[in-house]
Amino acid sequence: MTVRRLPELLGPAALVLATALLGLAVSVSLQNYFLDTLVKVSIVVALYVFIGNSGVLSFGHIAFVALGVWTAGVLTVPESQKNAIMPGLAHFLLHTNVGNVASLALAAGVGMLFALIVGLPLMRLSGLAAGIATFAVLEIVNNLLRYWQAIGPGLNAFSSVPQTTGIWQAAIGAFICIAVAYAYQRSRFGRQLRAAREDPAAAAAAGISIYGQRLLAFALSGGLAGLAGGIYVHLLPIEVDNVYLDLTFLTLAMLVVGGAGSLLGAVVGALAVSGLDSFLSAAENGVDVFGWHLDLPTGTSVIVVGTLMAVVLILRPSGLSGGRELSLPRRRPRVPDLPKVRAPT
Amino acid sequence: MIVAVLNISWQTLADALSLGGIYALMAVGIGLVFGVLRLVNFAYGQLIMAGAYSIAYASVWGWPAWAGVLLCFGVVLALSMLMDWLVFRPLRGHSPAVMLVATFAIAFLLQSIAVLAFGQLGTIASTIGPLNQPWDIGGVEIRKIAIVSIAVAAFCLVLLQLLLTRTSIGLHMRAAAMDFTTSRMLGVRANRVVGGAVLISGLLAAVSAFMLTGRNPQVTPIFGLDDTIIVLAGVVLGGLTRPIPATLGGFTIGFASGILGGALPTNQSQYLPSFLFGAVIVVLLLRPNGLFTRAAAVERL
Repeated sequence: MTVRRLPELLGPAALVLATALLGLAVSVSLQNYFLDTLVKVSIVVALYVFIGNSGVLSFGHIAFVALGVWTAGVLTVPESQKNAIMPGLAHFLLHTNVGNVASLALAAGVGMLFALIVGLPLMRLSGLAAGIATFAVLEIVNNLLRYWQAIGPGLNAFSSVPQTTGIWQAAIGAFICIAVAYAYQRSRFGRQLRAAREDPAAAAAAGISIYGQRLLAFALSGGLAGLAGGIYVHLLPIEVDNVYLDLTFLTLAMLVVGGAGSLLGAVVGALAVSGLDSFLSAAENGVDVFGWHLDLPTGTSVIVVGTLMAVVLILRPSGLSGGRELSLPRRRPRVPDLPKVRAPT
Repeated sequence: MIVAVLNISWQTLADALSLGGIYALMAVGIGLVFGVLRLVNFAYGQLIMAGAYSIAYASVWGWPAWAGVLLCFGVVLALSMLMDWLVFRPLRGHSPAVMLVATFAIAFLLQSIAVLAFGQLGTIASTIGPLNQPWDIGGVEIRKIAIVSIAVAAFCLVLLQLLLTRTSIGLHMRAAAMDFTTSRMLGVRANRVVGGAVLISGLLAAVSAFMLTGRNPQVTPIFGLDDTIIVLAGVVLGGLTRPIPATLGGFTIGFASGILGGALPTNQSQYLPSFLFGAVIVVLLLRPNGLFTRAAAVERL
């Protein structure tokens, strides 16, 4: 199979690498947009692992990102400052601190564990019921993180988390997500889930456990989402509203615009929408483009992204990538035309 | 009796009933469109937000209350027709997930337009502010808006039931909700039915906008968003495809959140959304087709 299929992995990875290199070349103030973009790539790839492969909509993945943020954040705020930022923190969390890499691993672990627990009952649902139920998960997690001060800062922002996420760390996070997504979709489990997406009845008849495969993908993508959340909190002082409806909307928009059916689509969508969004956000504060001074009113970026998402959905529901992966052209051996067989009547 | 057992005031009970009534209307509005188009309109809350802003701006301009309500109806109906034309119509026949994400996009689009046009802080609809004052009924004080919304909701629901069961357009709508293709073959005109459903759904959004503004005159760009999320859960809880289960679902979740919000002390009532959505998940697991429906047959191939 394999050489022909390699672009499926290398194409998205090359796009991320190019973004990272471009991010190193620009000024420090612009670099933040590239960092943000790389984190978004990780989140969207995490979404893709479940939504793309299973075809089941999930509004709940930002809850896993939020849990990753909380895990990595709580465990890395310096002990001397924990009382100031998180006055109600539980005792054992007050004196537990881990390093940067360990906090990321734990964030991924918590995301995966929580997705597994939530998925155990939820993966029996599909269609609209699944959409609403995952939405309910997002609401519950957001509500608990917002008010339960024993596990985090509540409404305060995660200030004074060590800002260790640079271009390379963000890029490595995105590479990990892409590699896991690729390995998963080429594995027998990924293939079984995609078969179930195309035709649930036929897949079940062929002996595929749709429930089990969905649960596996859900847990895996929950882990990746948690990892992305951990990387995110090491980048910015995040608060609870940063990982709620707006991020859900933005990441879903990226996935849909790029095309939920392929890994390439997830990465392209994240890069395209994030690039547009970053540019417009910068323009909201005023930028100079080729000698023009561009100054857009606040809120333009959401309007443009929302319109773009609606237009893409209406005109091209399978997204920019059309659900295709990159691959080298197939070299077919020439086969002589078979004699036409007339069906017995 | 319930009042005495749970130790809640008549005010809480009336509030819960009125919230249930408003949510029931919103649930029908969402359910009717779902019935004919198989489309969950996430942007319903933004219709309500637009209506609430019409009332608020009418009062800022010094218009009388009735003119504000009239403007609310005009704006909401125009907007829902526009939405049908620009979004629902091109999306017909796509998968439910695509349509849900599309209306999600429209919701955020309208919300950010509101932020851009009206600002984050919000506007106060002062003309219908007096509705928040209490009436004294036999020594018990109850907010006027609670009584008004219970009455209006009951009136609308009866009217709607008559429309659905006693008129030909109502019959067509119910037929289309059951099986769109077959009903078209039997002579139901698709565009008329869809237009009717969108129109009624818009009317109900305008009525809900008026009553929600009466409960909370502070109109912000996220006005109605939380309500819509809860109603959506309620509609799925009750059963999406039929109007009556959808209504019951909306009423139940509104009533429950009203009672719990009033009965729980503040340090627990902040976790109210968790209780509500936890209950939603449990119900979805036990009865994925809805609480108030008969068990549906498995879809055949």
